[in-house]
Amino acid sequence: MKPVRFDYIRAGTLAEAHAGLTSGGDDARIIAGGQSLVPMLSMRMARPTLLIDIMHLPELTKIEIEDDAIRVGAGVRQAVLLAWPELAERQPLLAAALPWVGHAQTRSRGTVCGSVAHADPSAEIPLTLLALKGTVELSSQGTRRRVAAEEFFTGLMSTARQDDEMIEAAEFPCRVAGHGYAFHEFARRHGDFAIVACAAIARHDGVRLAIGGVSDYPVARDFPDIDGDALDDALDRLACDLDARDDLHATADYRRALVRRLGRATITEARRCRA
Amino acid sequence: MTRVATRWCGQSIERVEDGALLTGRGRFIDDLGIRSGTLHAAILRSSHAHAKIRTIDAAAARKAQGVAAVITGADVRAVSASLVAGVRAPIECWPIAVDRVRYVGEPVAVVLAASRYLAEDALELVNVGYEPLPAIVDPLAALDSKHPALHEGLGSNIASERSFRYGDPEHAFARAAHRVSVTIRYPRNSCTPIETYGLVAEYDASEDTYDVLANFMGPFSLHAVMARALKVPGNRLRLRTPPDSGGSFGVKQGIFPYIVLMGVAARIAGRPVKWIEDRLEHLAASVSATNRCTTLEAAVDGDGRVRALAWDQLEDVGAHIRAPEPATLYRMHGNLTGAYDIRHVSVRNRVVLTNKTPTGLNRGFGGPQMYYALERLMQRVAVELKLDPIDVIRKNLVPSNAFPYRTATGATLDSGDYAKALETALSQGGFAELRERQQSARAQGRIYGIGLTAAVEPSVSNMGYITTVLTPEERRKTGPKNGAQATATVSLDPLGGVSVHAASVPQGQGHRTVLAQIVADALGLKPSDIRVVADFDTAKDAWSIASGNYSSRFAAAVGGAAHLAAEKMKAKLARTAASQLNVAAQDIEFTGGRARARGNPDNAIPFSRLAAASHWSPGLVAEENQALRETVFWSPPELTPPTEKDEINSSLCHGFIFDFCGVEIDRVTGAVRIDKYVTMHDCGRVLHPGMVAGQITGGFAQALGAALYEEYAYSPDGAFLSGTFADYLLPTTTEVPTPLILHIETPSPYTPLGAKGVGEGNCMSTPVCLANAVADALGLASVDLPMTPAKLAAHIHGAEKSARRPV
Repeated sequence: MKPVRFDYIRAGTLAEAHAGLTSGGDDARIIAGGQSLVPMLSMRMARPTLLIDIMHLPELTKIEIEDDAIRVGAGVRQAVLLAWPELAERQPLLAAALPWVGHAQTRSRGTVCGSVAHADPSAEIPLTLLALKGTVELSSQGTRRRVAAEEFFTGLMSTARQDDEMIEAAEFPCRVAGHGYAFHEFARRHGDFAIVACAAIARHDGVRLAIGGVSDYPVARDFPDIDGDALDDALDRLACDLDARDDLHATADYRRALVRRLGRATITEARRCRA
Repeated sequence: MTRVATRWCGQSIERVEDGALLTGRGRFIDDLGIRSGTLHAAILRSSHAHAKIRTIDAAAARKAQGVAAVITGADVRAVSASLVAGVRAPIECWPIAVDRVRYVGEPVAVVLAASRYLAEDALELVNVGYEPLPAIVDPLAALDSKHPALHEGLGSNIASERSFRYGDPEHAFARAAHRVSVTIRYPRNSCTPIETYGLVAEYDASEDTYDVLANFMGPFSLHAVMARALKVPGNRLRLRTPPDSGGSFGVKQGIFPYIVLMGVAARIAGRPVKWIEDRLEHLAASVSATNRCTTLEAAVDGDGRVRALAWDQLEDVGAHIRAPEPATLYRMHGNLTGAYDIRHVSVRNRVVLTNKTPTGLNRGFGGPQMYYALERLMQRVAVELKLDPIDVIRKNLVPSNAFPYRTATGATLDSGDYAKALETALSQGGFAELRERQQSARAQGRIYGIGLTAAVEPSVSNMGYITTVLTPEERRKTGPKNGAQATATVSLDPLGGVSVHAASVPQGQGHRTVLAQIVADALGLKPSDIRVVADFDTAKDAWSIASGNYSSRFAAAVGGAAHLAAEKMKAKLARTAASQLNVAAQDIEFTGGRARARGNPDNAIPFSRLAAASHWSPGLVAEENQALRETVFWSPPELTPPTEKDEINSSLCHGFIFDFCGVEIDRVTGAVRIDKYVTMHDCGRVLHPGMVAGQITGGFAQALGAALYEEYAYSPDGAFLSGTFADYLLPTTTEVPTPLILHIETPSPYTPLGAKGVGEGNCMSTPVCLANAVADALGLASVDLPMTPAKLAAHIHGAEKSARRPV
C-alpha cells in the first residue's frame, strides 16, 4: 500500500494551481482533504504523477451567500461547513445530510468540493447538490464556467470536469420559504457510504426526490403533488429505473425496496416540514 | 492446591502497560530500529484462486531501482523444506507458491529493495504466466471426487475423515420420542488485529543461524515447524518478539510461514529483511477462521431432555492444511455436548481443502462454529416441542452437584454451578422484564425477538487434543502428546528488586500488570515493586511448546506458574530470614516489604536486604537457599493424551457462560438493533476485574461483528470479495452496545490461583445468541451469518411484487 512516485506542489496562488493542471494534464490531480484520494493513491488505483495541494489558498476557504445560494469554496472542510452557524437556517437539507458524511475524523479533513469532485455514487454531498439543483464552479488557466449539478455528474466517479479544470466552489441554493426538506439514509454502519440515500424537497405543487447509492451517480426525479397509490407507483417506477445491482452489502431487490420505502418516508417527512 | 491470602489480585489496578501506549511510546515491531543495509520486502500475490504457474519473468524487476533480489518458489524450495502439514499425508506446504497457486493472495514472488516503495514499484515489473484451473470454493463441492485434488498426494480434497462414537447413540436415537436437527453453514471471518504481521529476519551464514524478530504469538510448538522448514536445529532459529504487539486474537499465529519465507529471503540476499504486512495483504492472506457446514441432530424426550447428539461436521481449511490445523475442528472435541449432560454422541468429522486462504487460530477457535450448531439446535428443540427455551436449557444443564464432570467425549468440566449461574442471570439481568418488553413491542406490531445461549468456555488447551484426528493406532506409532507447559521466572537483583518474565507473549491484554499483582501478593510487595518484562527470546528465556498467547491460557496457566515461581523464591528467602531472625521458616511472613516473624512484627528484615543477600554474601546463605532466579515449568496432570476410545480432555478449565438478549428488527431496512444483552460468566477466580470486563467486552464486539457484519466472502470462481475494510465491515463504537456483565465465581481446582480463561467465551456464545433472537423475532427455522439487513429484509418484505422488476 505505497503510492506510485509523484511530485507535489503546494499551490501558493490559484494561478499556480491552474498552471500545474495545464502542464500535468490528466496526470495531475488536485488534492484537498485527501480522504478519498490518499487511499486510492496507496492502493495504486489512482496514479497521478503530480499532486497540487490547494489547501493553502485563502480565497478558497470562504463560505458566502451569493445570489440566494451558499457558495462553498474548494478549501472548505466538511466539518467547517457543518459548524457554520447559518447552515440550518440557510439550507436545512445540507444540514441534515452532512452528519451522514463519513465520521467526525474524516469530516475534519475532507472537503465539500472534494466530495463533489470524487463523485462517489453513494456520497451525500453530490446527492444534496443534485437535489437542490446546485451548481459547480470550474476554473482553469484563463477559463471559468459554471455547470449545473444535473450536468456535472456523468457516470461512475466521473464528472464533466476537464483535465485542466479544478472545482473552485460548489453552490447550494438556499432554502425557499414554504418548501420542506428531508434526508434519510441507510448504510450498514454509521458513516459508511449509503446503500440507499434519499433527499426530498416538498413544494406546494410537487416533490423532488433524489436517490444516491443505487445508480452510478445520484438521480433526481420530480413528481407532481401525488400521494397514496399514485406515489407508490411513481416510486416503484423510479426504483426500477435506477439499474440497482447486487453487491456484497445488499441485493438489487433490497435497494429497490429501500427506494420505495425510504423514499416514501423521506417525502412524507419533507411534506411535514413544508410550512 | 494451596491458596494464598491475597491483596492485589482481585483489584482493578492501573495497567502498567498504558503509560507508554497512551502517550504513543509503545514499541511495536514497526517502531523498532533496524540495522543499516536492511532490505524491505514486498510480496507479489496471486490474483488467481487456482492456476498453474507457467513462467515467472523477474528480469525487469531485478534491474529496477533499489532492488537487491527477487525470490520465487524455486529459490525457496532450494534452501528450505516444506512446512509440516497438519495431517499425515504426502503433501507439501510451502510458504510461497511452487508451480501452482491455490488461493487469491498466495505469495508468488518476493521483491527485496532499499525501501518498501521501491519494492512495490518493482512488483509491478514481475510478469507471471498463469494457466488458470477451475477453483473449488464450496466445501460441499470439495467432497465431489470429480474435482481434481488441490494436493495430488491426498488423492482427493478430503484431507481427513474420522468417525467417533461415545455411549450408545444408535440406541438413544432409536428410542427417542423426537428427533430435531439443524443444518448450519458457518461463514469465514477473522478478528483482524489493528497491527498487521511484521518481522525482521537475519541469517548468519558463518553459524548457519536464523535470527527473527516477529510479532508472532505462539504456540511455540510452531518453532519446531519453522526450524525444520529452515533445515536448522532448534537452537539455530532464534525467535524474538517485540515488547508490544497490537492485538492478535489468534491471528498472529499465522505469521509463521512468513518467518520461514523471509528467513530464506534474508539468507539468499545476505542481508537482513524487514516485512510489514499491509492491510490488503492481511485481509486477503493472513489467516481466516474456518468456515464449516454442520448437520447436528438430537434425540429428545417428550419433555425436552436431550439424550443423544449426532454431529456431522465438514471443516473447510482453505488451500493448505497448515499446522496446527485441523485443530479448529478438534479444539472443542471434549466439549461437543456444551453445557449439557448428554451421554450419547456420534461424530463424523471431515476436513476439506478449497481454493481459499488457509485457516488458523482465531479467537473462539472452533467454539463459534460448534456452539452455533448446538445452541441453534436447543432453540429448535424448544420451538418444535412447544416448550419454553429456558426450560429446555435448565432441563439439560450439567447438574450442580456433578463436578468434576466427565463429558461423553472426554473433557473434565473442572468446576461450576450452571443452574445457579443461569438463575442468577435471569434475576439480575431482568429476564422477566425483557419478556414483557417483547410482548409490548409485538403488541405494537414491532419485530422483536429473544435469544438465549448456554456455553462452556474451554481454556488452557491440551497440546495433545489435535492428535484426536489420528486413529488410536496412528497415535500409538507417533507416541503420546499432551500437556500445556507454562513457564515463569522470578529473579532478584543485587538491590533486592524483583523481576518477572513469562513466555506468555501478550498482545495488549495486560499480562505485565497481572503478573506484578500475582508476584506482589506472594512476596508481600506492591505491584509497583515488581518489574515484568514480556518481550521474549527463544535463545535466552525459559519456554516450551505450549508457550505463547492462545486458548485463554494466561490467567489460569501462566499466572499460576508465576505464582508458583514466586512461592518457590519465597520459600528460600524464608529459610534465610529464619536463620537471621532466629525463628522457624514457617513462622516467617512476607508483608509490607518486609520479612518478619509471625506474631512479632518488630523482628523483621527489609525484603530488599534479604533478597540481595545471595548476590552480596553468598557465603552466608546456605546453598539450597540461594535465591537468585527461579523458573517454574508447570503442566497440569489432568491434560492426558486421548484415550483408546478417543476420549480427550481437550482443555484444562471450563468456564460457564449464559447469555440472553432482546433484539428488534427494523421493518423497512431489516437492520438488527440490540435492545438488551446480558452475559453471565463464571471464569473461576477473577484476578483483575477490569481486564476481565475488557476481555468480555472485546469478545462481545468481535462476536457482534461475526453475527451482523463480517464475512470473508468469495465469488464462485474464487475471487476474494472482502479485500478492504470498506468490504469487510467491522463494528465500530456506534454499532456496539454495552452488554450487562454478570459474574459468579467457582474457582478451578486444577489451577494454582483458581482462575480460568475468559478471553474467548463471547466469541462462542454471542453470535448464536443473536441468531436465536433474530430467529425468534422472524419465526425462522434457519438463519446463517452474517445477518445482514438485506438478508433479513427479504424475510420481512417477501418476494418483490413490482411488475416492473428488471430481470
